[in-house]
Amino acid sequence: MVAFIVGVGFLPFVKMELVANGIIIGGIIALGAIGATLIFGILGFANLAHGDYMTSGAYLGLFLMGSVLPRIGLEGEGLGPFTFGYPVLIALPLTVVAVAVGAIWIDASIYRRLRNRRAGLIIMTMTSLGMAIALRGLVRMIWGGDTAQYPRESRQFYNLPLEISMPPDAVFISAVSVILVAAVYIILNYTRMGKAMRATSDNPDLALVSGIDTAGVIRWTWAIGAGLAATAGVLLAVFQAQLLPVMGWDFMLLVFASLTLGGIGNPHGALMGALLIGVTSEIATEWMNPSYKPVVAFAIMILALLVRPRGIIVGKLR
Amino acid sequence: MDLSGILNYLVGFAIMAGIYGVFALGLNVHWGYTGILNAGIAGFFAVGAYTAALLTTQPPDPLLFEDFKFGGNLAQMGFLRLGIDLWFFVSLGAAGVAAGILAWLMGFLTLRLRSDYLAIAMVGVAETVRLIFLNEQWLANGSKGLYRIPGFLSEWVTPEFHDYLYLATVLIILALLFMVSELALRSPWGRVLRSIREDETAAEASGKNVFRFKVQAFVMGAVIMGIGGALFAHNVRFVSPLTFSPLLATFVIWAMLIVGGSGNNRGAILGAFVVWGIWSGTQFMPGIFSDANFRFFMIGVLIVAVFVIRPGGILGPDRRIARLGASSQPPPTAGPSGSKGAG
Repeated sequence: MVAFIVGVGFLPFVKMELVANGIIIGGIIALGAIGATLIFGILGFANLAHGDYMTSGAYLGLFLMGSVLPRIGLEGEGLGPFTFGYPVLIALPLTVVAVAVGAIWIDASIYRRLRNRRAGLIIMTMTSLGMAIALRGLVRMIWGGDTAQYPRESRQFYNLPLEISMPPDAVFISAVSVILVAAVYIILNYTRMGKAMRATSDNPDLALVSGIDTAGVIRWTWAIGAGLAATAGVLLAVFQAQLLPVMGWDFMLLVFASLTLGGIGNPHGALMGALLIGVTSEIATEWMNPSYKPVVAFAIMILALLVRPRGIIVGKLR
Repeated sequence: MDLSGILNYLVGFAIMAGIYGVFALGLNVHWGYTGILNAGIAGFFAVGAYTAALLTTQPPDPLLFEDFKFGGNLAQMGFLRLGIDLWFFVSLGAAGVAAGILAWLMGFLTLRLRSDYLAIAMVGVAETVRLIFLNEQWLANGSKGLYRIPGFLSEWVTPEFHDYLYLATVLIILALLFMVSELALRSPWGRVLRSIREDETAAEASGKNVFRFKVQAFVMGAVIMGIGGALFAHNVRFVSPLTFSPLLATFVIWAMLIVGGSGNNRGAILGAFVVWGIWSGTQFMPGIFSDANFRFFMIGVLIVAVFVIRPGGILGPDRRIARLGASSQPPPTAGPSGSKGAG
């Protein structure tokens, strides 16, 4: 709370444009962090392939928008004020479904075997590292290592009050982030599956003996986590106006800093952590070399952990 | 490729695998003995390698557009040559000390955290170190890196013979560090570390200052990693921030330790040779298999395959010093429920 008041006190001294940028980046980080923290809480390991699920999503979007949809006559860019065309609206849901199904398949063929043998946290994490390398290799095999772009048309930035200059795409990105975060909130708090997920995160053995279908819970966790990651990948590719095979892996550091800051296994905390890290690391560029952004993120995280060793929001899914 | 070419390649491979073996030993002190989940090996690796490089490189030359301010030039100092290149050992020692100091400072900040939080904090520390070397040009020439690092005894033997000599040096140092680690592990001090790994609360209740022992183990592992960094710098003779990415300098080493079997020093070294073999050996496969991108994919698949086939690592934990009950489980917080801290 004190930190919040101090933060607000500083607001008159910073460029509002940086704050606005930070909120948009924070929204994208949040999509990654909420999924990763659910996986961490329910499956018990850090999914190091999470960033590469993002990359896969971004490149599947490229495949759909660049190759598949134009074949059947669905193409175009510059929809309304945006740089991209309406194919994004078709490609995004398809990408989400494809990455979610892929993640469930990977779990069924690899992680489930390890769970059945009661493999530990580290073995699972290292296996996900192998997955991350394999996925990145796959992306490089298919699309090569160079930068790529979605079909796009340059657009004028909006000039908003408080000297904020924003690309119109930012409106779309924030709208998608807000809708998905709200959807996850509703799923976790108001559906049977959400309740079962929270119970499993709290105590998997108790959940199992209470008759909760933990296999189903795990499938849904992957579906939600990977689906959010795929969305984050597409949105990041739109926001940065480019795709790279390492985009997700690099972005993942911010994702993990955020979910740690918010308390591992806590989606609400992950959202708070993502916004906090998005905004502060963006504001810091006023005084520092922008490539120190991850350093700012980790410094905030470590300082917060010194005061509250279990994250700023204490407690797990509630 | 003719026979001598193959032999030269194998020697080069063994040098790198031996250096990675040093890192895996250091990580084993952290994770295998004490249960410290250090995901920031790259930080100690970088500090060790840059310390060695800066101490021994020639002073910056404006004609070469070098921007850094300090080069120790130890290799040119008469009293440190004496026919046996004494400066090399000064460089290794300094690298170990520098990494140890970093570990001591970071240990005080992070070692009280729960292991998963500690891991992510250490990733942050390692990235911070890397970004400092990348952005502060005056310190270490930024992204251009340092590329005039001398090699051990390179002026005294022909280049063809030098790799054999350096291989022998690396293996001797690896063997020494192996013996020191084994002795430490079997000493009363090592027993305390293992008791911390198994159950921190019980160790604390027996009157052991858990935090202090953890800091000591953290520093010891980091010193080993720093020495590994110096061995690396004098082998490749080039360091740049790109070398110390989280993938190449942290997670690959983790994969080595876990593939070999954590808690087991022999496994750590075996894992280094196996994983480095996968990493560099796949380039000799025929046709599409030697394509760089396909190799990257294959490496990932092979790492996953090793874990699916042998979740305990190839050698598994050392039986004599494994956890109580000697199951094939890795050290602490194993199992789906064990990894859950209370909320």
